[in-house]
Formats: sequence, structure tokens, C-alpha cells
Amino acid sequence: MGVELANERAQFLEMEEVNFTDNELVYHVRTALKSASSGDSESYDELIGVMHHRERLSPDEVAMLVTCLKALSGTVSCIDVVHHESLLSSIFGMSMWNYGPEVMDALVDLIISLAASSGKFVDSCLDMLIRNFVPPYSYLALLKQPRGLSRKDQVLSRVHSALESISHLVPLAPMRLLSLVIQRMPRQNDNETVMMTYVENMFKLESGSMGQLVGSTMLIAVVDRLLDLDLEIGWEDIVQDDSSKGIFEMELEDLEEDEEDLNDEGDELPGKHLSRNSLRGNVIAEKLDSLLVLTFEYLESCQGHGRLLEVFETLLHSFRITVLNAYKSKFAQFVMFYACALDPENCGVRFARMLVDIFVCHDHPPMTRMSAVAYLASYLSRGKFLSANYITTMLKRLVDWCLDYCNVQDGDVNPFAHRVFYAGCQAIMYVLCFRMTSIMSIPRLKSQLFLMPIETILKHKSDPLKVCLPSVVGEFLKQARAARLFTVTKTFIFDDILESELSRAFGGLERLDSFFPFDPCLLKKSDSFIRPNFIFWSMVKTTYDDDEDRDEDEEGSGDEDGEESVDGVGEDRRDRMATSFNEQDIDIEEFDYALNKMSITPKQSLMYKFGGGLEELVRMPSRIRPSTSPESL
Amino acid sequence: MEGLKVSDANLVVFLHPSKSNRVSKAVLHELSSHLFQFSEIFDGVLLAYDVDIVDRNAKLLSGIHPYIGVRLKAKLLLFSPKPNMLIEGNVVKLTPESIHVIVLGFASAVIIDEDVREEFEYRTKHGKEVYRSKAHRRHVIEVGTMVRFLVKSLDREILHICGSLEPSNTGSIHWLDQNFGSGTKRERENEMKMQEHAVVGGEEISLGNDQSKKSKKRRLREES
Repeated sequence: MGVELANERAQFLEMEEVNFTDNELVYHVRTALKSASSGDSESYDELIGVMHHRERLSPDEVAMLVTCLKALSGTVSCIDVVHHESLLSSIFGMSMWNYGPEVMDALVDLIISLAASSGKFVDSCLDMLIRNFVPPYSYLALLKQPRGLSRKDQVLSRVHSALESISHLVPLAPMRLLSLVIQRMPRQNDNETVMMTYVENMFKLESGSMGQLVGSTMLIAVVDRLLDLDLEIGWEDIVQDDSSKGIFEMELEDLEEDEEDLNDEGDELPGKHLSRNSLRGNVIAEKLDSLLVLTFEYLESCQGHGRLLEVFETLLHSFRITVLNAYKSKFAQFVMFYACALDPENCGVRFARMLVDIFVCHDHPPMTRMSAVAYLASYLSRGKFLSANYITTMLKRLVDWCLDYCNVQDGDVNPFAHRVFYAGCQAIMYVLCFRMTSIMSIPRLKSQLFLMPIETILKHKSDPLKVCLPSVVGEFLKQARAARLFTVTKTFIFDDILESELSRAFGGLERLDSFFPFDPCLLKKSDSFIRPNFIFWSMVKTTYDDDEDRDEDEEGSGDEDGEESVDGVGEDRRDRMATSFNEQDIDIEEFDYALNKMSITPKQSLMYKFGGGLEELVRMPSRIRPSTSPESL
Repeated sequence: MEGLKVSDANLVVFLHPSKSNRVSKAVLHELSSHLFQFSEIFDGVLLAYDVDIVDRNAKLLSGIHPYIGVRLKAKLLLFSPKPNMLIEGNVVKLTPESIHVIVLGFASAVIIDEDVREEFEYRTKHGKEVYRSKAHRRHVIEVGTMVRFLVKSLDREILHICGSLEPSNTGSIHWLDQNFGSGTKRERENEMKMQEHAVVGGEEISLGNDQSKKSKKRRLREES
């Protein structure tokens, strides 16, 4: 029974004699190859023709293709780089995503044999496998369907096992693989699905058997890509230039409700408003978001396998050489935050210690040291998983360094010359703004805090209180006074300005004075990972809170403008509002100050709406959203 | 095994000034970057080195960044297989068309069926692939066997060796030693040892000749 093949080009193997042995097939192919070298390329061309079959292969065609590939595997020694160039290019051009498992297996075997047979083919074989990390463009849409997912699974498992087999046979292959993978990594502008799939593969390499050889480079490349995406997002997309708002005023923790409000009421937002919405359509931000989430999930799986510490060492190294010195990285650093949150005792501690070590060591350039202490301050303030004990230890190191500096230096106010010192002071104050109450609540730590010569440092001739960021200084002094840590005789009237000339001067061009890297993450998907481990300002109990008047059961259903509380954290503000209202011995200045601290409405727009007169704010609910502020009264 | 040699070399390593506080570490780092790569100057693959800093004074290369030239005396272990040398390696894969071998743990070698002498035939025994000699039943090559083979060619970029099992003194080392090794005393060495002797057809050749001092000045620029 002769099975006639539909395609006349494939007469090369006659199906009448279905019991060709493998040897005979190999002999046929060898002859074809050898004759092609000498000029007679008829059967050679037929061979190539079979390889080019791509779509909707019938079972016969599949069998033909498999047979050819298997026969070629046996003749790799006869394949010559020059004479059989077209055959090689058709082999390397094949994408496993287009075929079923049998063809995939045969193709993979061929690739492995090719790579092992001669040094000339190794790079091309590795390159072909790397190109198979991602599906062809036409296939991308199918990836979301179950059929696409199962195909993905089939392809990637074979690709990675092929890479491992090649490295087993050619021990130096991982060295070549490294550079090829990095070269082919998708750039910032490439399709998001392509990038995610590729990075998934990189993570697979990191955790695979070649992990020791290629793993750290893979991780570093991923962090580099995160940073590239991060730097593409402009700060103007995020930050408002409204210097009337203090850093402690606006926290973007409840943006979900905001978005609902926006949809419901369809109000026009005032010009400067909460920024996450502006990131919503931003393609780069979404890519960064997805990539961050992928990284977070990978860290979780590493932790599950007990590998988090070794992965963390690589991340730490990468952080130190890239992220730390990047100009105001926005979200890439949350990789470190999340890793620390997963393992506070090891990773969390290690991260803080590295930052402190950089700060106190004057081998590093001043910019790096200032950046390190800014990271440290933000990290110690925001990490919910950090113990008060540890924070106190870190604070002590900062204080000790600042004290040494004070004893050695004798200068006047000079924002540039003493910039590292000012950065250190500001860090101490910032951390204490967040953590003073929790430290005070533990008697042992409270006494340690009182023993720290913070007053001496802050009253030094170089006058950090005047130079550091006014909003930080103001908040700190307030809490310090309430806690009776120390009192400052000079009155500091800041008028709620965020920054001053002097703070800008010490911050320099990079504005390291107002750099708080772990401020709330504005990327939605990543934020859901970060949030459980994160301290928002509204969650912080400050020392000037009055404990007795705290009401536990106030839920956010009171006001008609749909005010809600997220996890009950809104109570703090409301309580503070109520108590400072009721107490008789509060002077008006302090009252205004407290009021402004609570309001998240930009002062300017309030002035605009109400024509001045802060007294009218007295009756306002404490949490105001810009879109609803006029109606709330 | 042939192909391994120890060379003495005088080297000068140029370091970026930022490394001046940790010179030894920088020197080692620079030399390590050349490991497992074929070097035309050394005429071989650098496998290991042992360095001594000769002079505490270094010469400065003037320029925008004044690089520091540190003089070294080094012993270098080099691997340079030439055609017709006998090399030993570990078999990792057997197919009807080829035998795949790993030499010294880093170099891949392949012996194609045409270069395997007639006496060997490919068999599948109990699911395992073997190459069995028809002349001597006990002469068997399977995965994990150490084989000695002749070098045909070397691809310098990826350190891939093409080998041959044609000569009668090639094959499984275990069998060859038992059957040819009675006359001469042959030391079995650990593959990474610096000194070795080679037995070719019963004759003992020491590699003392290859250890002649090679005075070379070599400039290695460190990429900063």
C-alpha cells in the first residue's frame, strides 16, 4: 500500500517502503548532504522543503517532518556550515510554538546533536533555543487561552531541558548562553507579554540546574530592566509641584475609593490631584507593574524553596551598584522591600545594615551616602515587619555617627559642606516621626532613646533644624515636645512649607533632601503585595495623640460624601480632629497646624473655594477628597 | 595525558587606579578573567595560575587615568591539545553516530563513528548504550568510562575537540592499562595536577622539556 503524499516535493522518502530502518534513512540524508556539497542539490532541496512546512500539518506531514529531523540528528557530522547554509537557516528558523510535541521532541534532539557535534554550531543552537523563549508574534494572543498555556508549557519545558542537555555535553555553553540571553532581552518598548514571558524564562534559568553559573547575571539583568522602565516614567507624571502640601499630609493609600468616586460622580478634579490616575494609561508603568509583580512572585517561590537568602545577596549587590545611585528611582526599589518583608530577620536586617555601612563609611562619594541614608530612613519608617528594637539599634548607629561628626566639625550653617551630616540628621528625624510612639511604648527602648544625644546633634552650630526639610523638622519637633524628648527654645514657624532654600541647597541638584524612596507605591498590582507590609502615615500614632479619646468603633459611614475608612485607619485622623477641637488649652497656631496636617486637600484650592478663612475648616470632616470637598459642608 | 604544560611567565598587569588599595585582589581578578579561554600568546587554554608580585614598585602608564603596571611572576597551567596528541576524558553520551566526551571537566570532545575503528560496534545492552570491541569482549566503552583518544582538531573559541579512536592505543583507559600497562609503570594522576607523565606506546616521556622557562612580557589591560 503506497501512501501518496500530497506534496510532490517530499518524494525524497517514498512511503511505500515504510520499513526503512533508521540507518537507511540516515544514509539517505547523508547522501543528500554530500551531494549538495558537490553541487547536486536536488534531494537536499527536497529536504529543506519538508522543513518549511509550518501551518496545519496533516499527520502524514508531521510524520515526514519528524522522520527528517530524526535522520538529520544522525548526520550532524556531515553538516557543513558553508555548504549547507540554507538547511541550517531553516532549522534554526523553526519555532517550536508552531508544532506539536512529536515535532518538538525531534527538533530538540536535532539541536542538541548539532550543538554537541561541533563548536561552530553552539552559538546558533543556543540562539535558536533562546528565540523560542517567546512565541511568534502571531501566537501572542493565544497565550491567554488554556490551549496556548498548555503549548507554552510544552515548549518551555523542552527548551530548558535542551539547554541543560547542551550544557551537560558542552560545559562551556552556559558562558555563551549568558551573553546571548542578555543580548536578546526585550527592551522597554517591546510588547509586554513578550517581555513577561522572556523574564519568566530568565527566572527559570536562575532556578534551574545552571543556576549557579548563570543565575546571578539573570537577576541583575532583570533588576536593570526594572530600573530602565522606572526611569522612563517621568517624575512629572507623578509628583505635584505644590509646595503647600507637607509630606505628611497626603498619603495615597485609599485610591481605590477615589477611583470609584470619580466614576460615580464624574466630577472634574481640581488641577493638582492624586497621582495614581495619571499613571493608569501609562504603558510603561503597566509594564513595570507587571514585571514587579512577576519578580515578587518569583521571590515568593524562592522563599518556598529556601533559596531566598542567596537570591537576596545578588539583589543586594545589584541594588548597591545600580538602584542606589540611580537618579530618584521610583518603584524598582520595592523589590528589596518585598524581599525584606518575606524574611525580616535575615534579609530585612541585612539590607538595613548595608545601608548604614555605606552611610558611615567615608570611602563612598557623598551622593551615595546621602542616597543610602535616605533609603534607610524611608525603609525603617515604612517597614511594618521591622521591630522597634532593631530600629532603635539602627538609630543609635546614625546618632553615633552624627555625634562624632559634631565633635569633629565646628562649622556654621553650610548646606553644601555638611550635606552628608544634614542628610543623617534628617533621616533620624524622619524615622522618629514614624516610630517615636512605638519606641516610647517599650520602656527599655524609651530609656535608650532618651539617652541618645539627639538634642546635642540638632543644636549643633551647623544648625540642622534650619537646614533640613521644614516639614520633617516641624513634625519631629511637635512629636518630640509632646513626648518630652527635648524642647526647642526657638520657635520654628514654617507655614507648612515643604522645603526651604536651605534644604534645597543641601539636597543638591538631585534633591536628595526630599527623596523618600519607599513612599507608597503607585503601581496598583504591585501595591497589593506591598500593602500588608507597609506603614502608611495615617496608621502612625503620633505622640501628640491623646490616648483616652480614641474610639475604636468609628467606621466610615458617618458622612454623606461617602467617606470610608480603609481598614479602619481613618479613625486616627478623625479622633485627632475631635480631640484637638475639644481641648481648651490649645492655642490657635497649634490648632491651625494640626488642621493642616490632617487635610489632604491642597491649601490653595481650599482658599480658592472658600475665599480664605481657615476658621471655616473647623467644621469639616477630617478626611476630604478633592472631588467632594465643596459638598461636604 | 598530553597537552598539559606548566609555563613560567613574567607578566605585567595594568590596573585602574581605583583598585590601588586592593592590588592583590585586582590582580587575581584580572587573571581570573582569562581562565578557560584560549590565548594565542600562551598558546593554550589557561587553567590555573600561581602568581607572585615581584616588585612593590609599579610603573605608571601615563594618560587620562594613570594605570598602574604591576609586575608579576606566574606559573601558568596551560592546556593546548595539538593534533595527534593523546587526550583522556570522560564519556557522557553515546549515540550510533558519535561518542561525546568531556575533557578535564570543561572541554567538550566528539568522536564521530567514522573515526571509531572497525573493531568497535554500537550496541544497546539492558537499555544502556555501549561501544563494545568485537576483538576483545571486555573492552567496553559506556557512559562514565574514561577513554583515551587522539586529537584531530581543536576549535579554539568554544574549546571543542574532534577526536579519533583509530589508533590501537586508544579506547577505555581501564582496559588499556590492564592489557598494556604491565611493562611500564604509569602514574594515574588527578587531572588538575600540575605535573604529569605520558605513556605513548610504552615509552615514558616526561614533560620536563616543556617546562623551559618562557620569558614573556604580557600586557593585560583591565577593563574598568
